[in-house]
Amino acid sequence: MATVESTAASATPAAPSRLGALLHAIGLLRESRIAMLGTFLVLFWVAMALLAPVLPLLDPNTPLEPFKGPGDLARDGETVFWLGTDHKGRDVLARLIWGSQRVLVWATLATAVAYVVGMLMGVAAGYLGGWWDEAISFVANVLLSFPVMVLYIVIISALGASGANIVLAVTFASAPGIMRIVRGLVLDLKTRDYIFAAQTRGEGAWWIMLVELLPNARGPLIVDACLRLGYTVITIAMLGFLGLGLPPPDPDWGAMIAEAVPTGAFALHAMVVPAMAVSSLVLGFNLLADGLREISLRD
Amino acid sequence: MLILAARRFGAMIAIMAVISFILFVIFESDKLGVAGKVLGPYSSLEQRELWLEQNGYNEPFLTRYLAWVGRALTGDFGQSIRFKAPVADLLWPRLGNTGILALCVFALMIPLSLTLGVLAGMREGSWLDRTISFGSILTTSIPEFASATFLVAIFVFKLGWLPGTSSMTGGFNPVELVLPVLVLVLYDFGYVARMTRASMAEVMTSQYIRTAVLKGLPHRQVILRHALRNALIAPFTVIVLQLNWLLSGVIVVEVFFAYKGFGKLLYDAATFGDIFLLQACTMVAVFVAVFSQFISDVGYTLLNPRIRFN
Repeated sequence: MATVESTAASATPAAPSRLGALLHAIGLLRESRIAMLGTFLVLFWVAMALLAPVLPLLDPNTPLEPFKGPGDLARDGETVFWLGTDHKGRDVLARLIWGSQRVLVWATLATAVAYVVGMLMGVAAGYLGGWWDEAISFVANVLLSFPVMVLYIVIISALGASGANIVLAVTFASAPGIMRIVRGLVLDLKTRDYIFAAQTRGEGAWWIMLVELLPNARGPLIVDACLRLGYTVITIAMLGFLGLGLPPPDPDWGAMIAEAVPTGAFALHAMVVPAMAVSSLVLGFNLLADGLREISLRD
Repeated sequence: MLILAARRFGAMIAIMAVISFILFVIFESDKLGVAGKVLGPYSSLEQRELWLEQNGYNEPFLTRYLAWVGRALTGDFGQSIRFKAPVADLLWPRLGNTGILALCVFALMIPLSLTLGVLAGMREGSWLDRTISFGSILTTSIPEFASATFLVAIFVFKLGWLPGTSSMTGGFNPVELVLPVLVLVLYDFGYVARMTRASMAEVMTSQYIRTAVLKGLPHRQVILRHALRNALIAPFTVIVLQLNWLLSGVIVVEVFFAYKGFGKLLYDAATFGDIFLLQACTMVAVFVAVFSQFISDVGYTLLNPRIRFN
């Protein structure tokens, strides 16, 4: 225990450098078993998504032999279906790994766009105040009054199911929440001395908002981003499950479940495996967020 | 207090008005599209224009909107395209079915999450606290369609104990409610339990609890008479706001189990393009969400004197 504390203490002076700060953060993460588990789950799926093109996988969209169990051999006696095949005879392992790439890419993109919009709204409402605040907060309140799923269904059924529309729908649903958090943080930060210093120097409002305020609000936002990434993964899979998600035939975890449930009696693995994948990825993000929050409270 | 409630009520009405206008713009600004949906894809342009003329669609947009609001307020939501019946007749029985589902969920979730939250918050950092906290993160990480998949895999396909669909074709059957209710409770209880835990943990570190302990009150009495009363204010608002989440979850669960409720009706209306039905369902969903927000705001003020007397 003493060694841990002494290394943590000796690491602090190095914190000003970016690398040092990162190593320090990783060191802190290692102290929380929950955060470690979360990091492991997230990194596992990120690795799978990145390695999908180089792994020796079968083609995810080719029908081979239907209803093979996990570990069964194909008719040629060589190919192994490690996680079995689905009702159309497609390899579940290949669909799972390619599906991880799809869900991670779109979840990250959608969350990032929602964050840009939400942060701009929040920093403008918090820093400019007055009329801006009233208008932006009202828009946020209106959007937050929708049950999220109803908002998604209305947007997707009005505009059609596509990746871009999912990004749009997630932005509509998430940006108001992000705006509220950022606004609260900015209201607190804008009374600090360095903001007055910047104002006295004659910096413009946008410079102060984007360069002085936002970077200093990052701590709680990183935790929130982790939670939101997990929630966006749920959203994308849920829309896929409802048939409102990314278009087929490319694998989508939610759609894999929806397709496999009717024939569950013959290929239980085809519905259980993607459900486990979604849950583990979301759990990873949630545990990571929980660990990060614990660490930030300790400082 | 009354002034505050009136102001909240006014804000609620304003939000409903704005949302109804946005929805009307989304659904009905394309007049010919509406006629095409009502008359079917093979209707001719003349037929569509005749229909628009007959149904008052050539009035100015604002007049149409106000007329629509007027009809909606008297319970007339128009005709469903798919079911060829008044929307109101379809809506109420479905809402009733979802009400039964929601009632069962709350009846199970509230005692469960409050008990677990209080137990965890009583001694922050104990093994019980850590187990409950981890358990609630775990269950909130499993989305409804995934937990439904696991439960169906176990109880329907492996054990054969429960039916996998809940369409109630043979009349009302409580056994068919078990899985939908279980799925919703599993996903929702974790959040309330975590909020209760945080609230309880905060109360336990306050001065007046320390005083109660130091003056020698038994532990039971400190918890039941002193801590709980204040610790349960925050979870109250969370539970009411949970209605909003439940509405989202209900759509997925009702679609998964083919339960003939409000969520399935909304989903079917959206995928079929049954726009008058979809309009009505969306407005009802938003009303429930906004109204629960109103109740939670007013209730929180009533329960918390520090806010009430400010």
